[in-house]
Amino acid sequence: MRAWKIRGWISPRSYWLLAGAGLAVPLAAWTLLVASGAVNPVFLPGPLDVLKRIVTWFNDDALMSDIGISTFRVVAGWALSAIVALPLGLLIGTFRVVQAVLEPLTDFIRYMPAVAFIPLIMLWIGIDESAKVAVIFIGTFFQMVLMVAEDVRRVPAAQIEAAETMGATRAEVLEKVIIPSAKPALLDTLRITMGWAWTYLVVAELVAANSGLGYAIIKAQRFLQTDKIFAGILLIGAIGLAMDQSFRLLHRLSFPWLQPRNQS
Amino acid sequence: MTIAISCRAVSKIFGSGRKRVEALTDVTLDVAEGEFVTLVGASGCGKSTLLRLMAGLESCSGGVIESSGVPIRGPGADRAMVFQNYSLYPWLNVMQNIKFPRQLAAHTKDRTSADVESASGRADALLNVMGLVPVRSAYPVQLSGGMQQRTAIARALMTRPKILLMDEPFGALDAQTREVMHDLILHVCALERCTVVFVTHDVEEAIYLGRRVVVMAPRPGRIDSIYDVPLPANRNQEMKHSESFLKLKLQILDRIRTTSGMQTDLELLRKLSQQSTL
Repeated sequence: MRAWKIRGWISPRSYWLLAGAGLAVPLAAWTLLVASGAVNPVFLPGPLDVLKRIVTWFNDDALMSDIGISTFRVVAGWALSAIVALPLGLLIGTFRVVQAVLEPLTDFIRYMPAVAFIPLIMLWIGIDESAKVAVIFIGTFFQMVLMVAEDVRRVPAAQIEAAETMGATRAEVLEKVIIPSAKPALLDTLRITMGWAWTYLVVAELVAANSGLGYAIIKAQRFLQTDKIFAGILLIGAIGLAMDQSFRLLHRLSFPWLQPRNQS
Repeated sequence: MTIAISCRAVSKIFGSGRKRVEALTDVTLDVAEGEFVTLVGASGCGKSTLLRLMAGLESCSGGVIESSGVPIRGPGADRAMVFQNYSLYPWLNVMQNIKFPRQLAAHTKDRTSADVESASGRADALLNVMGLVPVRSAYPVQLSGGMQQRTAIARALMTRPKILLMDEPFGALDAQTREVMHDLILHVCALERCTVVFVTHDVEEAIYLGRRVVVMAPRPGRIDSIYDVPLPANRNQEMKHSESFLKLKLQILDRIRTTSGMQTDLELLRKLSQQSTL
């Protein structure tokens, strides 16, 4: 079958049909499992209960402001780490000296669990917004630096050497070759690390929060509101999916030169 | 005869201790202005290393290389290099790639409106002579390998370099495309009157393109012998069947087989096949 060929091709229609099925089947299984009454709804609420919970959350509990503040924390922590990681990774990937000084150090730190830093963060930064942003920063930054450095190292040597033999200075090679060449990979790195930033949200909102999706999940746990926990988790998933797709769209629009087919 | 590039007792050593490799030893070679010299040899003979030393992408461990009498300290715009592949900028279209050097300070120091105009005239002329007009706004990913290499050559010529260094530029192309590229590069280089040092592992290519063929040998990398090509300056494909062409080809192939140890491999294979038939 052609569809099962290694790296084979399927029509866009089949792709979206299969993608829809991939989401619909677990949802149906979930609905059936709950409807069968085999599981206590406290452990596993039905999809309809979760949906109802989202509606009451929206009507009575300021869902939108929870989403807003959580998105702000995630994006702020991620953006802050991008601002530092992009130039630093560029230097690590370009100059062996910087790599020698910083890469083993970064490798060392990135294995430390971000959660374990929470007491220190509270001590050093306090318990306000910046503390939550800091947790997300720590969770994403060290991975991001290494990925940026790797993206930069993957720029083909021939592209760099060609510029050098045309008389380019070091600054020109960085600005006119390495950065534009690495851009598509860098955007992918930003997309992937954005996903990681979201996974640190619940942890970040452990720190003296009184709002946000992660905080709502933690609070719901205290009152055994499983439906709210589900609602929170699904909302985070949905926001993540939307952001990921936006990044992919941006990638397609920004780099038309990657596509061999459509002559532009 | 003016010397464009001159190598005096050049050596190059990679690594140290047990990993020490003598890539080049005692290489002395003069390339005259306007000359087309080809370097040929088995892998590991240091032909690419020698070219990279001339480009200034690597530095000599011993000896000196001079370009128009000035020792080479690093890459310079007087020596353009064409690579085997992946050297085009995929985010720029063909025309933008060719004009890339114009973005660099080295080529825009005395920028007047007349300079800008002559540069854009130059880019158009190169586009024409390389047969790239129909694809001028295509991105490299949309081009065939041959078209990509035409673009790379046009870009290298954009700044009117004195010396064109070519590192197996047609190595990734199919045989038919390569023949077209051979005649094209001879035509363009005659037109531009530039000095060319051309590295290849293909003996036929080396003879067809070169006025002189430098045969290199491995372990340690060195110049084995140099041959003047007994063909008229204006080459055509029929000459590949001429007696003097074939004779030189056999002679050079023999030198490469002898120096690279390939001869012993061949003899061993012959013995093995004789044994199996008995």
